[in-house]
Amino acid sequence: MLAISRQRILGQCFQKIRPAVSELRSYSSAAKQITVREALNSSLDEEMSADPKVFLMGEEVGEYQGAYKITKGLLEKYGPERVLDTPITEAGFTGIGVGAAYYGLKPVVEFMTFNFSMQAIDHIINSAAKSNYMSAGQISVPIVFRGPNGAAAGVGAQHSQCYAAWYASCPGLKVLSPYNSEDARGLLKAAIRDPDPVVFLENELLYGESFPVSDEVLDSSFSLPIGKAKIEREGNDVTITAFSKMVGYALKAAEILEKDGINAEVINLRSIRPLDRSTINASVRKTNRLITVEEGFPQHGVGAEICSSVVEESFAYLDAPVERIAGADVPMPYAANLERMAVPQVEDIVRAAKRACYRSVPLAATA
Amino acid sequence: MALSQLLSSSSRSGNRLKSLSSAISLRHPISTDTTPITVETSVPFTSHQCEVPSRTVQTNAKELLTFFRDMALMRRMEIAADSLYKAKLIRGFCHLYDGQEAVAVGMEAAITKKDSIITAYRDHCTFIARGGTLLEVFAELMGRQAGCSRGKGGSMHFYKKDSNFYGGHGIVGAQVPLGCGLAFAQKYCKDEAVTFALYGDGAANQGQLFEALNISALWDLPAILVCENNHYGMGTAEWRAAKSPAYYKRGDYVPGLKVDGMDVLAVKQACTFAKEHALKNGPIILEMDTYRYHGHSMSDPGSTYRTRDEITGVRQERDPVERIRKLILSHDLATEKELKDTEKEVRKEVDDAIAQAKENPVPDSSELFTNVYAKGLGVESFGADRKEVRATLP
Repeated sequence: MLAISRQRILGQCFQKIRPAVSELRSYSSAAKQITVREALNSSLDEEMSADPKVFLMGEEVGEYQGAYKITKGLLEKYGPERVLDTPITEAGFTGIGVGAAYYGLKPVVEFMTFNFSMQAIDHIINSAAKSNYMSAGQISVPIVFRGPNGAAAGVGAQHSQCYAAWYASCPGLKVLSPYNSEDARGLLKAAIRDPDPVVFLENELLYGESFPVSDEVLDSSFSLPIGKAKIEREGNDVTITAFSKMVGYALKAAEILEKDGINAEVINLRSIRPLDRSTINASVRKTNRLITVEEGFPQHGVGAEICSSVVEESFAYLDAPVERIAGADVPMPYAANLERMAVPQVEDIVRAAKRACYRSVPLAATA
Repeated sequence: MALSQLLSSSSRSGNRLKSLSSAISLRHPISTDTTPITVETSVPFTSHQCEVPSRTVQTNAKELLTFFRDMALMRRMEIAADSLYKAKLIRGFCHLYDGQEAVAVGMEAAITKKDSIITAYRDHCTFIARGGTLLEVFAELMGRQAGCSRGKGGSMHFYKKDSNFYGGHGIVGAQVPLGCGLAFAQKYCKDEAVTFALYGDGAANQGQLFEALNISALWDLPAILVCENNHYGMGTAEWRAAKSPAYYKRGDYVPGLKVDGMDVLAVKQACTFAKEHALKNGPIILEMDTYRYHGHSMSDPGSTYRTRDEITGVRQERDPVERIRKLILSHDLATEKELKDTEKEVRKEVDDAIAQAKENPVPDSSELFTNVYAKGLGVESFGADRKEVRATLP
């Protein structure tokens, strides 16, 4: 049965934090390289092959081969009964997807970008996320909602929002966001196999990037656990959390910080909900400093939740205030120079890390 | 020849009934007589883009008596729920179906449990028609463990997956795309079954309905959209909400049928027709002309936007239970006393179920954290004060 623990916390909650086991595995150095696009495509292919209940639905996923070519070749291989081109009616086709999941099929619904998911958000939240609870377990919803999330390049305010914080706040949903090809393969496979509704937030600018993958990752049975973050780079001086594209920026920032003698630990969240609080807290207890990085709007964002978690669980371990790097608190502008200011850059992460290490000059007054 | 058969069989069944009821004095007079009886529906069907089913319907004593009993049970259940709500044993929202029983009962008679039904929040009677028990209804309404959703759903969230009843939805109109999704899955699995997606005249104007209907027509899904037109979307009369309140025609390229929703035999006939149509030709719309005696919910008296004369008028002229009573009596299938005894029996069933439900415990506190996920992965969830209440999701 469930264990609900009622604890009066005096000081810190030591029992709940397990030491983070290093997730770094050493792969063979003669690794193959695949793009994130290839990783997603092969995962969809393998999961459709393994389970006839899995089908794809979305705009242009079939004959157009996918707006971003993620579903390329799948219509030819699996036929129009399993790869369905929909009209531009998100509320309608998302509801249809959720209904199919109620019946026991395993739909993978693509949003051309997650900005369009707002048209269907009632079905994601009220029809999908809450059904298992409201029906006391009778109606589970094994559906995946996937697509590009967050900023692209020059697409303007209506096409650039990050939805991680909104979806991750909702109990009943699982929210995943891959960074590299290994993440893309492992997390998408896990999402499709999972019996609950999963929001799978990809990134358009990462689709074409190549990453090394081991044979284990390329195996069709590969999957990654949901709810576990990965320590991409071990360090001792400051913890940097990030997800999706920002992981790459955080790693670059870590290289720059290394030259200044600051040894940063970079955590790739992979899973926004469930959030791997124990890995994050264990890391902060080691480094005593935290920078959260995300592309999305700052207010009520992912970083705010991580900061709260660390303040609740590891307050005594913090040697500096938690720093938060996020997208600017404005709708995304179009002009290239303004767009650059609206999204975190590597230098922002470096500067914040130095502040947390008390290595920077006190803030000058800004406009 | 049918007529003489009718006359002789009815008196035979009448005698049989009398001997049955005297032999088993506590049992209801459900006749087992299945001799066909031919009846005409109250009004002919009106169609849009399809042929019209015959208004001549085949039935029998057993079926009619079952209809009477089922509708009387539902009527009694909803009235009892009204009292429980006023006694504050039911909280929140409570949307009652009395007046509309013929739709739930007639539909069920036309289909099997392999077919799927999905509806909105006025779902108590649909749940019963799908095989739910009175105890599950009352316990759920009162938030107890024996409820069909173990007390976690409430009035608007009844489900019975093993009978292909998919709820029970609180967001107006959302159930229609969901229902089309069920139909998609039935076709995908080659189940040779259909889905009935019920919605009201208020929901009939929802955009997502037309989005789902478009896809259903494109993909030939076995979806039957049933507009339960009780003429009022909450407090707004249909003519104030819809430029075209001919809901059976609103599908445009999708055929539709207008049905007297207060005539259980007409409902059954229409649903039989619709199922056959949907399996061959894709989606169809059924508009059930029906009426709710209660207001939209228990917080709505239902008399500020319609006259009491209108309500009593419908009750006198078109009540579905009374219609079947008259039919049974005119065909001599049971006596008035036998029908009254049936009503007494269902009343007792309802009262017993309420008494049992009142004794039933509320959910255990640990149930706050169950069923958040089908697979909780051992993650933590939190109460209002997370330093005080935490749980591991299984």
